[in-house]
Amino acid sequence: MEKPIDPDPSPPDSDKLLPGSSSLAVLLVVFITVSFLVLFSIVRGGVGHVTESGGGSRAFGPTEVSGVDFEIELLPGIEDATSGPEDGNFLVPPPPWSESGFFPCSECHSEMEVNPERRELEEMHDDIELVHGPSDRWCLDCHNSDDRDVLRLVNGRLISFDESYLLCGQCHGTIFRDWRQGIHGRRQGYWNGGKSYLLCAHCHDPHAPAFHTIAPLPPPVRPQFLAHQAQGEIQEAAHE
Amino acid sequence: MSEKTIDRRTLMISAGLSTMAGISAASSGKSAGWVERLLKRRFVELSDERREEILAELEETCRKKYGRDDITVSDTRALDGVEFAYGLDLSRCVGCRRCVYACVHENNQSRDPQIHWIRVLEMGKDHGIDFAESDIYYDPEEVPEPENFYLPVACQQCRTPPCVKVCPVKATWQEPDGIVVIDPDWCLGCRCCMSACPYGARHFNWTEPTVATEEINPDTHVFGNLPRPKGVVEKCTFCIQRTRKGRYPACVEICPVGARKFGNLLDEDSEMRYLMREKRVFVLKEELNTKPRFYYFFAT
Repeated sequence: MEKPIDPDPSPPDSDKLLPGSSSLAVLLVVFITVSFLVLFSIVRGGVGHVTESGGGSRAFGPTEVSGVDFEIELLPGIEDATSGPEDGNFLVPPPPWSESGFFPCSECHSEMEVNPERRELEEMHDDIELVHGPSDRWCLDCHNSDDRDVLRLVNGRLISFDESYLLCGQCHGTIFRDWRQGIHGRRQGYWNGGKSYLLCAHCHDPHAPAFHTIAPLPPPVRPQFLAHQAQGEIQEAAHE
Repeated sequence: MSEKTIDRRTLMISAGLSTMAGISAASSGKSAGWVERLLKRRFVELSDERREEILAELEETCRKKYGRDDITVSDTRALDGVEFAYGLDLSRCVGCRRCVYACVHENNQSRDPQIHWIRVLEMGKDHGIDFAESDIYYDPEEVPEPENFYLPVACQQCRTPPCVKVCPVKATWQEPDGIVVIDPDWCLGCRCCMSACPYGARHFNWTEPTVATEEINPDTHVFGNLPRPKGVVEKCTFCIQRTRKGRYPACVEICPVGARKFGNLLDEDSEMRYLMREKRVFVLKEELNTKPRFYYFFAT
C-alpha cells in the first residue's frame, strides 16, 4: 500500500532558526538605544558639560593658593639629629601651645590646690572637649598633678612636653614604632642624615585626636580651558 | 663596487666634518654655533671640563632669560650604593594636593600653560582602584570625603621603563640611582615616550613655558628642574637636585599627613626597607612588568 501524501505538511523546525520580522524589529530597537547612549556619553564629555563649579576651569599657580608655605626652612641642629631606636635624639619643633601664653602651666597652677576630682571644667580650659579613648579618661591621666609643666608616664616617670611621644606610645605602640622609623608622620631634612620629626600633638589634638578635614588646593585645569599665552600666536597663524 | 662607494662616502663625510671643525676652531677659538650643533655629542659622553663649560653656558643663558643672577645649574652625579625608592601611604593620603603645588614650586614647571607632574586621582571606595572611574578634577570644600580615597600618581621610576625603550634618540635613560631622566637638549619632542608610559607621567611643553622671574627656583639640576624650552618632554625626577644632595623630595616634606616616604633601597635601615618589610605594599599596573620603584602601601 502506498502511503497517502500529506497535502499540507507543517514546515520543518529548521525554518524557525531564521529571525522573523518581529525579532528584527527588536534588534533594531536595541541598536538605536545603544547608539543613543554612546552618543550621549560622548556629548557629556564635551566642553559644555563642565559647569563653573565643576573645578578645573582655571589654572592656578603655587603663589595663588593661600595658606600653604612652600619655602620649608629646616630646623637648626638638624645635622645632629638621630632617629630609629627608642632613645633616639628626635629633633622636633616646639610643642604646640608652648608659645601661646599658656605655657608654663605652673604660672597659674603652682598657686592652686590640686583637685583630683573628675568634673566639668568651668572657669578655665572649658574649651577642651575630651574625645579620646574611653569615657573615663581624665586630665591627670597624662598631666602631672604636682608639677604641671611636665607630663607623667604610667610608670611615674616625668617627661617634658617635647618628649610627649613617649606618653602617646604607651598605648599606641605600633604607631609609635612606625613613627620612630619615619613611617607614621611627617619628616623633613635628609634621607641619609638628620631629619626633624613632628610630635604627635602637632597633628593630633591630644584631647580630640581625630584628624580634621582640610580644604584641597585647586584642581588642574581641564584641557578645554587650557588658555595659554600662545593662543594669539596660533590664531594669527590660522588667519594667514 | 658598493664597498668602494661607501668608502668614498665615509671619506667625504669625515673630510667635511674635520674641515668644519677646523674652520670653527680657527675662527672663534672655541667651538660654537651650528658647526658644534652638528658635531656635538650627548652631554653624558662629554669630558668633565666640557660639561663644566656647558653648565656655565646654560647658567648664563638662564640668568639672562629670567634676569636673576642667583640661578645655578649643577650636574650632581648619582651617589654610590644608592637606589632610590618612594613609598606612598594610601591609608593616610587625604587628597589635599599640597604635593602637586609644592612640586610645581620646586621644579619650575610652566605655570601657563599649566603642567603638573603629580596627578591626584579620586576614587570611590565602592569601586576600588579603577582608573576608568577616577577623577582628577574633584573640588569639594574639604577633603577627605568619606566615600572616596585618593591615589596620587607621578613618574614611577620603573626598572624596565617603556619610555626609555621607545625613545628613538636615547634622550631619556635610567641613572645608576634609578632615576629616569631626560636630556632636554637631546629630546626631539616626538612624544613616543608619552604614549609608551602607562602612568601618564610625562608632559609636553606645547609652547614656551612661562614661570615668573620671582617664582623661579634658582637651585637647578641640568636633568631636573632647569627651566625647559618649548617642544620637549618633562617628568618627575624624584627632585634630583635635592635628593642627590641628601634632601627629601619637595612633595615628601610638604605632605601634611606624612603619607609620602622616600629612601635608599640598598640601605637595610632606611625607611623604605622598613615599610617594604612591615607593610602591605603594591605597585601600579604590576601586570605590565614595568617594575616601578614607586610603592604604594597601607600603614593601617
